[in-house]
Amino acid sequence: MIDSPFGSVIVRRTASLLVSLVQLFALYVLFFGQYGPGGGFVAGVMIAASLVFGLLVFGEDSETAQRATRLLAGDGVGLLLFVAVGGLCLIGGGEFLNYSQAPIPGLDSAARRYLGILMTQVGVALDVAVAAVSIVYSLSRNVESENTDA
Amino acid sequence: MTYSFELPLLALLILTAGGAIIVKELISAVLILGAYSFFLALVWAWLGAADVAFVEAVVGAGLATVFFLLTLSQTSPEDTRIRRPPPPIIAVIALPLLGLLLLYAANDLPAFGDPASPASVHVSPHYIENSLADTRTPNVVTSVLMDYRVLDTLIETVVVFTSGIACWLLLRRDAE
Repeated sequence: MIDSPFGSVIVRRTASLLVSLVQLFALYVLFFGQYGPGGGFVAGVMIAASLVFGLLVFGEDSETAQRATRLLAGDGVGLLLFVAVGGLCLIGGGEFLNYSQAPIPGLDSAARRYLGILMTQVGVALDVAVAAVSIVYSLSRNVESENTDA
Repeated sequence: MTYSFELPLLALLILTAGGAIIVKELISAVLILGAYSFFLALVWAWLGAADVAFVEAVVGAGLATVFFLLTLSQTSPEDTRIRRPPPPIIAVIALPLLGLLLLYAANDLPAFGDPASPASVHVSPHYIENSLADTRTPNVVTSVLMDYRVLDTLIETVVVFTSGIACWLLLRRDAE
């Protein structure tokens, strides 16, 4: 299914517009999650959805697909970022993930918490995006190997 | 409270939920399920839960539909039509009774938006009053998720990570 890109000009033009727009909106959702609805989880899913959309329309050899494949190398990085922020708080003398104790000079407690929330949200977004793309890859690829095995 | 918006929405929800079960073609069922998720997102938005509505629309209607369609495209064509035996008599009798019992029990739930309900007198007032001063985050949902209750979110992130790894290990047999 993924190997056969759509021939239609309309689909390809719409997709080439939409993929970058959705990614831009995902970044907006990620960084304005503290002011409006949204946050790391939704932003991660939207980034993954835009990549999967490009993958389905442009096929496996396209630039979007290569970007999605490269994203897979970041499996676990998001979770690592999340835990690293928690560890930073431990180093600063507070409890795990108590952002107000993070050793960042020049910031008061509320600003540290703000920064901590932002960093962990980026971690969640990365983690969710990688997991979603990896599930799509796992679901879409195994039939070829079964065919070659048989 | 006026029901001019809720009742058509509820009818559409029940229609799409029933349609997804009844329809024979699995691809149609998946698409109807996506429509169901969109109506559910409207319900959440109507109730004021914008974050939940967002997640429902993106994950329920978007990503889950893609997962279902990809799975269907990998199964053999015979799998896309299913034959159902008629439901057993005991289910036809017992399930409406269970529904009535649940409706009866729903009478004891606190009214929607009741300020004296247990959910709104425990820790919610503290979060709502202190979120902006503590974290400079006007969206209380975000500050609860990512600060006050961040350990829950950490474990959820671990679950998402594990699900991605597990799918990869179970489904990708050509990786060796």
